[in-house]
Amino acid sequence: MDRVETTTPEVVLRTSVEERRATIIGVVLMALAAVVLGVFAFGVPSDASSTFNLSLPTDSIQNVSLTFNSRIFSAVAGVLIFALGANRLRRRNLERTNTALGIGLMLFVLALLAWAAADSSFSLVGMLRSTVISSIVITLGALTGLTCERAGVINIGIEGQLLTGAFVAVVLSSAFGTWAGVAGAMLAGALLGALLAWLAIRFSVDQIIAGVVINILAVGLTSFLASRVLSEAQDLNAPARVSSIRIPLLADIPVIGPMFFDHTFFVYVTFILVVALHIGFFRTRWGLRARSVGEHPKAADTLGIDVLKVRYRNVIGAGLIAGFGGAFLALAQISRFEENMTGGIGFIGLAAMIFGRWLPFGALAAGLVFGFSGALAQKVGILGTGIPSEFMLMLPYVATVIVVAGLVGRARAPAADGQPYIKQ
Amino acid sequence: MTDTRLPEKEPTPPQRSPMMDRVTGVGTSVARSLVLPTLAMLTALIIGAIIIAFSDIEILRLLFDDPGAAAGQMVSEVSRAYRALFRGSLGSVNSLSESLFAATPLLLAGLSVALGFRAGLFNIGAQGQMLMGGLAATYVGVYVSLPGIIHIPLTLLAGFAGGMIWGGLAGLLKARTGAHEVITTIMGNFIAVFFMQWVLTTGIQDPGRNNPVSAELVTSARLPRLFGVDYRVTIGLLLAIAFVFAVHWLLYQSSIGFEFRAVGSNPKAGSYAGMNVAIVVTLAMALAGGLAGMAGANQVMGLEPYKATPALAGAVGFDAITVALLGRSNPVGVLWAALLFGALAAGGREMQGAAQVPIDLVVVLQALIVIFVAAPGMIRAIYRVKGREEKPTQMTTGWGS
Repeated sequence: MDRVETTTPEVVLRTSVEERRATIIGVVLMALAAVVLGVFAFGVPSDASSTFNLSLPTDSIQNVSLTFNSRIFSAVAGVLIFALGANRLRRRNLERTNTALGIGLMLFVLALLAWAAADSSFSLVGMLRSTVISSIVITLGALTGLTCERAGVINIGIEGQLLTGAFVAVVLSSAFGTWAGVAGAMLAGALLGALLAWLAIRFSVDQIIAGVVINILAVGLTSFLASRVLSEAQDLNAPARVSSIRIPLLADIPVIGPMFFDHTFFVYVTFILVVALHIGFFRTRWGLRARSVGEHPKAADTLGIDVLKVRYRNVIGAGLIAGFGGAFLALAQISRFEENMTGGIGFIGLAAMIFGRWLPFGALAAGLVFGFSGALAQKVGILGTGIPSEFMLMLPYVATVIVVAGLVGRARAPAADGQPYIKQ
Repeated sequence: MTDTRLPEKEPTPPQRSPMMDRVTGVGTSVARSLVLPTLAMLTALIIGAIIIAFSDIEILRLLFDDPGAAAGQMVSEVSRAYRALFRGSLGSVNSLSESLFAATPLLLAGLSVALGFRAGLFNIGAQGQMLMGGLAATYVGVYVSLPGIIHIPLTLLAGFAGGMIWGGLAGLLKARTGAHEVITTIMGNFIAVFFMQWVLTTGIQDPGRNNPVSAELVTSARLPRLFGVDYRVTIGLLLAIAFVFAVHWLLYQSSIGFEFRAVGSNPKAGSYAGMNVAIVVTLAMALAGGLAGMAGANQVMGLEPYKATPALAGAVGFDAITVALLGRSNPVGVLWAALLFGALAAGGREMQGAAQVPIDLVVVLQALIVIFVAAPGMIRAIYRVKGREEKPTQMTTGWGS
């Protein structure tokens, strides 16, 4: 996207960095291959077989499943990972390093599952379905973050916006119905967004500090109101659960159907939002303006764009998204409010934004990856493999550190991200 | 509990150095550094009163039938809550002890965040560093057996080392790869929680438990109480106060502290002046982590039941950010801020017990105070305090550049 196409020393530098990265990832892949071959392939009896169920009890097409020999499957996967790693070490095709890593990790996870499910079966599609569900809040959080940051405002307060959205959604949904809950949650998110924008733009408060304080405020206020109001009036903490909408025909497709086409409206809206934001940011005048404000506010100002107005609009608009995410959490996933119920998922959203390189589809992909690691942690815990589930739960955070450290390619933030703009 | 006689007419001398901002607080006069926090505190208490008054369901129901009676009840409710807040924080010797007890970890962790700010680093990871420090201290406190005079310093040192490793790692990542410390320290907080859960269920678990709780620290590793067994405040308080002077000395008297501040205000200039920015950044984060680690050690060594859990840090690591901001990253300012928030925490418990107003109000008050301190323009507009609008400067760097 932004490759340097000159023959300056930068190219040489870049190549050497790429080469080093290819070496590191080659070694990592080799290590993964060793684990797959040594543990997953030869840690099971030679006649053990694994079964992946590909249908849910509610599906119209029943009893679709894959059964195979665990050892042969893992052995094949291990050899493939080994080949990918060896290819990296030969330092050809430097651009494909991330693809190789992605394929390698996917094979690794499949081998892990085959090993964990040796001599038993488990519902692969059930796990994929819960991956999609748990990815929604993460994706919405990431979309909130990128909508702000593309316009140059860092939003650390996503967590607080989600939490406040969840609280308002529960109360209003219990009192006036689901739609009131969703609308109120979005407004609450936007209100906190407005506070962030106001502090950051009008008073030039450091944006990270403003976000941190908004989180603290949200935790305090929702916990206070929960134990003062909701404990007195229990009927305000009993929202109706939002039911799924099965999309005819599409939901009957094996695997894909239950994964994507049998969900609450929140899920569909999220997918539409990803597409809409992608088009918005990269195909419309609004997006071009927002991005120019995030990259070079002075130039944007010179061209007659009202920098501060664009920033206000984006941050408040992003708040609507976060509030929507909070409503999903409270109305579709958990169906009641608990103190600090977000438990850091807003920060995973922030991580997903970086992992997805500030792109809407990247946010979705990162949300799915992080959601998958959560679902995997659950499954691996249930199957009892001896791998501590804590390490699985750590994965999104470790992955984010690896990404910001530039080991999987440098993720580049908008150039003016976090910098206040003062009109000269 | 606040001084409400507002010295509003206090003339504010022009600021000499706009480079350091109002939040880091360098170059501000004593008078102004008192006026704004006092007004911020007052405003926060007023907003808190409104929140208390309008969150009681019974009163709200009454409001439509008999507004006069409802208003009366609101006033009595608020005054009951705030009297309990005062009583619980300063009202008796035990309250004072509780306030100091709550202030101890806040002070150590607040110094950690402040030290980071001075070096231009935003350490959001005090929470995780506290856990790692607490864990390291637990190991030394459970498995080692020594006389207290050696054992206590050794356990504290282990806490310092544990936090130092965790903070230093974030510093090293920033120095070597440019990974932004805000992201790495936030992620570090979560990784530390899961790591802690794992260690406490497999390694150093309390025998006979299946939830993540460590075994008990031996008696020689526990911090003795300062004023007898009846009062919970320990010698940890003296230690924390000693660190106020130590950090002050480090920042303003030592040459490495000068480098911290120079790199903090302008890394490029520091680099041109021959400072090794990478080492400065790593060292600053490591020392900040160490201070937070000591706060974590205090949480296992200084209070019953002398055991480590993944929740040992409570919310201290995050409250520490508000402490550092209110104290303007000045070690002495951090001391006052920690005492104030410690008092609020102790008073909040009394408020919850005696007036049935949830302690979470204290968190709201803290957040509001910090918002008003960080945005003095707001306080100026409300109270029409005269003063020059400061040039806004950034305390942290965004991850854009």
